[in-house]
Amino acid sequence: MSIMCTSENRTLIVKIIGEIDHCSSNEIKNKTDKEYKRLNSKNIIFDLSGVTFMDSSGIGVIMGRYKNVNANGGIVAAAAINKELKKIFEISGLFKIVKYYENIEKALNEFSLRG
Amino acid sequence: MSYENKTTIKFQSVPENEKFARTSAAIFISPLNPTLSEINDIKTAVSEAVTNAIIHGYEDNSGEVLLECVIKNDTVYIKIEDKGKGIENIEEAMSPLYTSKPDLGRSGLGFTVMESFMDEVKVSSKVGIGTTIEMTKKIIDNGFKKE
Repeated sequence: MSIMCTSENRTLIVKIIGEIDHCSSNEIKNKTDKEYKRLNSKNIIFDLSGVTFMDSSGIGVIMGRYKNVNANGGIVAAAAINKELKKIFEISGLFKIVKYYENIEKALNEFSLRG
Repeated sequence: MSYENKTTIKFQSVPENEKFARTSAAIFISPLNPTLSEINDIKTAVSEAVTNAIIHGYEDNSGEVLLECVIKNDTVYIKIEDKGKGIENIEEAMSPLYTSKPDLGRSGLGFTVMESFMDEVKVSSKVGIGTTIEMTKKIIDNGFKKE
């Protein structure tokens, strides 16, 4: 599993490649939180196009970030979720609080409009 | 034609083995020609059950987790067993969003996911003795021809 963080207009883009489970989730949490602070971010977009497996640990990661970002007045979004990942997102009810975009470009377009 | 197969794997309760366990289960069921979706369902359910054994069963202690996979015709039977601390209240543990470890940033959805992704989930547990999770799933859409 690898994580790449970039930033655009105070939106942190977290691209995860590989499998998200309990074992890899701590690294994702730590790196995301660290970069969010370091780059003085407001929003977070998780780019999941490279994720090949995710269990409920991934839901825990996104829920946890949502709490922090929401308290900071920001928005959390997820982009490029494959069919299998979508199933676990739907079960969790996470789409009620996290916006979903087909791909990262669409997410960024909307986020840049918001400023 | 009837087909039966069984495997048992015992491994140490370290997080690195979550991937090992779910991947092993996925490879074992491959003779049934499951769809990608069915493979993912089983991998996810195994991952949830093994994670529970590691985080909740053994907490920070080291122990052994047992994974047993059985195939009988078109049905997969999976058992995950730990000899950890056990669950005091199974009903509470299985309710959606309940987590005994909110500080770990867990979603509390482990059992909900297992129940959604498998046909049947049975949990038995004794405090101080350990926990056993038994799950079954029928592999529906397959080109299963053992002739």
